[in-house]
Amino acid sequence: MTTIETAAGRAEPMVLNMGPQHPSTHGVLRVILELDGETVLKAKPIIGYLHTGIEKSCEAKTYSQCITLTDRIDYLAPLSNNLGFCLAAEKLIGIEVPKRAQYIRVLLTELTRITSHLVWLGTHAIDLGAMSVFLYCFREREEIMKIYEYVSGQRMMTSYFRIGGLALEPPPGWLDQVQRVLDAMPGHIDEYEELLTENRIWKARTQGVGNMSAEDAIAMGVSGPLLRASGVPYDVRKVFPYSSYDEFDFEVKTSNDCDSYGRYKVRVAEMRESLKIIRQAMDKIPSEGPFRAEMPGVIPPSREEMKTSIEGLIYHFKIFTEGFAPPPGEVYQVIESPRGELGVFMASDGSAKPYRVKFRTPSFVNLQSLPKLCEGRLIADVVTCIGTTDIVLGEVDR
Amino acid sequence: MESQEVGKNPVVQRLRDWDSQAVAEVIDFRGETTVVVPATNVLRTCEFIAHQLGFTYLSDITPVDRFPLEPRFELNYHLLCLDRKERLRLRVKLAGAEPTVRSVTSVWPTANWHEREAFDLFGIRFEGHPDLTRMLMPDEWEGHPLRKDYPVEGYR
Repeated sequence: MTTIETAAGRAEPMVLNMGPQHPSTHGVLRVILELDGETVLKAKPIIGYLHTGIEKSCEAKTYSQCITLTDRIDYLAPLSNNLGFCLAAEKLIGIEVPKRAQYIRVLLTELTRITSHLVWLGTHAIDLGAMSVFLYCFREREEIMKIYEYVSGQRMMTSYFRIGGLALEPPPGWLDQVQRVLDAMPGHIDEYEELLTENRIWKARTQGVGNMSAEDAIAMGVSGPLLRASGVPYDVRKVFPYSSYDEFDFEVKTSNDCDSYGRYKVRVAEMRESLKIIRQAMDKIPSEGPFRAEMPGVIPPSREEMKTSIEGLIYHFKIFTEGFAPPPGEVYQVIESPRGELGVFMASDGSAKPYRVKFRTPSFVNLQSLPKLCEGRLIADVVTCIGTTDIVLGEVDR
Repeated sequence: MESQEVGKNPVVQRLRDWDSQAVAEVIDFRGETTVVVPATNVLRTCEFIAHQLGFTYLSDITPVDRFPLEPRFELNYHLLCLDRKERLRLRVKLAGAEPTVRSVTSVWPTANWHEREAFDLFGIRFEGHPDLTRMLMPDEWEGHPLRKDYPVEGYR
């Protein structure tokens, strides 16, 4: 333990245990703080309370069965995880997904980004004392959850993206629901901004708190809004486009503030950009066409084909009992999840089960920078620093 | 499997020019380049790659257990060059008995937690790591769960 030199002599710092049961840790994060009065000398995050061994479980399941596990990694952005896993498997096998499915994927993952940012904004605001923002954010989030439910049958654990495309044909009229959200959302975002952007308390609690320079951010490997708020315009959607993101017109929002307020501005701007992408996707999605690729033996045949042809029935049976075997090899697929760079490393040994799956989750890496953000600052700022990193403990611990 | 195109990869070429022993093997699969480097050389090679070749961003370190093959463990370093928008996978192979490799935390500070996780779940030791302790499993846990000879259901 360190000792502190004070005018009165040498003293030992006070060690304070924050969490794992603490409302502002957003789950089960534990931070051991060494304090000199109210100043944080050292912060050490302790994780693992939510470790469920998802990577190990994946090795015992077929590729398609793993998709349901991916929902549970980042439970605030299940569709982004689905997408990362499916893209990795598709890259490994070499499947070209139909454009219609790609656009629907883009639309839904952008909605996911909005819901995830809404939860972040609401919880971050309530941590810092702004109660009403939390209620507003959850109200709007619920409207988007209804779209998930309408499309996939589930509010949270959607598992809607499957290897080769989507699980189901989206139900009729779902785009009308998306349109309603699109019409209402810009006004709602204005509402949040009205409450917070020029709010003196909000500014006092976030401006100049949790500073991180671009060099530090790169050295610590942080990604997503954290990195972009340090002025580094790295967005996987632009740099390594996937799922036809290169056909969409949007901006990568950055800020040179390098503090919690800058991250707030980046995330709010990102929500507006997501709406822009969704609007374009609505125009692009053809009303008819295949919602998944065709690859006998890998992608299930249509219901009609399964019932009327003997090959279809055999393939259906084999895919759901034995699975399929991609060629041996390794791929690393990255996507831009709401929290940053989500990487899926997938190794195949030529059998029907993945030999190794690793999720490079943005929360895990971003959390590592927490001591950098809050050391030397007041203990009340630790709450801001945890909030601004936007961690999901399910994703940190996997 | 080393195709014509991979051999011409400028990064691989610069690594070979720097040290003829630096690259043991180059693998190209689905448009991704994997460079296998000797384990004894890893820190030196990483310093060169980060400082001279511009791969300043370490995305991830992924261990893979190839049990019962030897060398048993693979470490995959996923690197990113932000300026050139380029990715590279560096691979090191480690023996099954007491797998040990030099830590790269001095090159990329973000490696700290990745290496701790690899130690926790695979039992790979990193020389020169500032705090090599368990992180996802409890401190008193025995064994390394992501190893292939560790049952999926655990020991009960």
